[in-house]
Formats: sequence, structure tokens, C-alpha cells
Amino acid sequence: MFEVITLLTLTVIGYIFGSLNERRHFRSILEREETLRGVSTFTTRIPPQPYSGASHLATGNVVISIDYFKKISAGLRSLVGGRVNAYESLVERARREAVLRMKADAQRQGLDMIFNVKLETASITKGAKGQIGAVEVLAYGTGLSRTP
Amino acid sequence: MTDIIITNIEVVPGRTITQHLGMVQGNTVRTKHAGRDIMAGFKNLVGGELIGYTELLTESREEATQRMVAQAQAIGANAILNVRFSTSSITSGAAELFVYGTAVVLE
Repeated sequence: MFEVITLLTLTVIGYIFGSLNERRHFRSILEREETLRGVSTFTTRIPPQPYSGASHLATGNVVISIDYFKKISAGLRSLVGGRVNAYESLVERARREAVLRMKADAQRQGLDMIFNVKLETASITKGAKGQIGAVEVLAYGTGLSRTP
Repeated sequence: MTDIIITNIEVVPGRTITQHLGMVQGNTVRTKHAGRDIMAGFKNLVGGELIGYTELLTESREEATQRMVAQAQAIGANAILNVRFSTSSITSGAAELFVYGTAVVLE
């Protein structure tokens, strides 16, 4: 009985704070996507020709943790199969955040184009007691400048 | 570290490659301390960014990159092209960050 109450409490706490966190994060992502619009990203490998400016690697990474509600809802979902909405939004947040940090890194170096953008995702699921669920996304690319 | 050019495309735009020196690499295996794990365990309830982990991985990647750069400088390169990052978890709690690329000499 006590265990059921603990589980329910944790799930409710996870749901309330988790969705608050997520909403706040998405708001901040949208704001920063607007302010960093000046930095363009390309997935092509071919840089503009001719070019005579600087070039340097730009990187951005972020580790985002799941919350208790997501953990439970994904666990339940795995019984019946199908889309795990709770994790989809988590990974999307992480990717967009990593891309934003990469853009900010490029801007700090005075670069406003990023070529050959690569995204790498790694799960950090095993902590000290196999407890920690988190996803890391790394975004990197070659930063170039429009005005040499 | 800034006097060497690092890109993840095959060329450095606007410069010509005069010499190709082969592959260089750098790696580091890191684990986090217990304090960070406890904080992360708490964050696992409410969600959000694990800042301690983000910093740890950033530092580790920088270290791996510095090792790669040191190796490139030792063989006389002034640029590293086609750089790739790779992450693998070795055991629970430890991760290897690996970075590799092609060392070249630019004119």
C-alpha cells in the first residue's frame, strides 16, 4: 500500500514539474531560435566557392533527463507498443537545444554559416545504480563567415 | 589550440592542402563523481537539463580534442579535416569520448 502511494506521488510530482519544465524549455527554445536566425545551418558538405574567410568547428551539446512521469508512461507504453510521445518530445528538445548551442558557439567565434551539420545522440541510461535516464545530443559542424 | 584549423568537411575553404599526414585521434574515458549522480537522480524525478553531465561531457570532448591537436602538432600539421566525434559507454557510469580526423599541412 505504502509503495503504491509513493509511486503515485512521484508520478504526480514528475508530471507537474516535468511538464512545467518542458513548457518553459520549449518557450526558451523558440525565443532563441528567433534571435539566432542569422546563423544559417547547412547539411551539405560543399562550402561556398570562392571563400577566403575563417573556418572553425562549432559544437553544442546538452544532456536532458527524463522525469518520473515519462518513465512510467514509457513503461506502460511498452506493454502495448506504439509511439512513445513522452520520449519523442524529450529527444526533440535535446536536439533543438544542441543545435542552438552550436549556433551560439559559431556566433561567439564570429561565424554565421555552419556547414556539414552532424547530430549525434547517445543515451546515458546507466548511472550508479542503473537509475539515471538521460539523453545526450551533440551537434557540430564547420563554421564559416559570410563576410570574409 | 587556436592556431590549428579544425573542420568537419574535406577542405579548408580558400586554402590549398600541400601535404597529407594521415589520421590523428584523441580520446578520454570519464566517469562522474557521486555528488553529480545524486543530483542527477533527483533531476530524474522532475526532468530538465543535467547541467553537471553537460559540463562533464563538454570538458571531456575538449580534452579529447586537445589530445588530437597535440598529436597533429607533433607531426607538423596545421589543420585537421573531416573531424568526427563518437561516444561509447564502456561500463555503467563511464563513457568514452573519441575524436578523430585527418591531419594535413596547408599552404
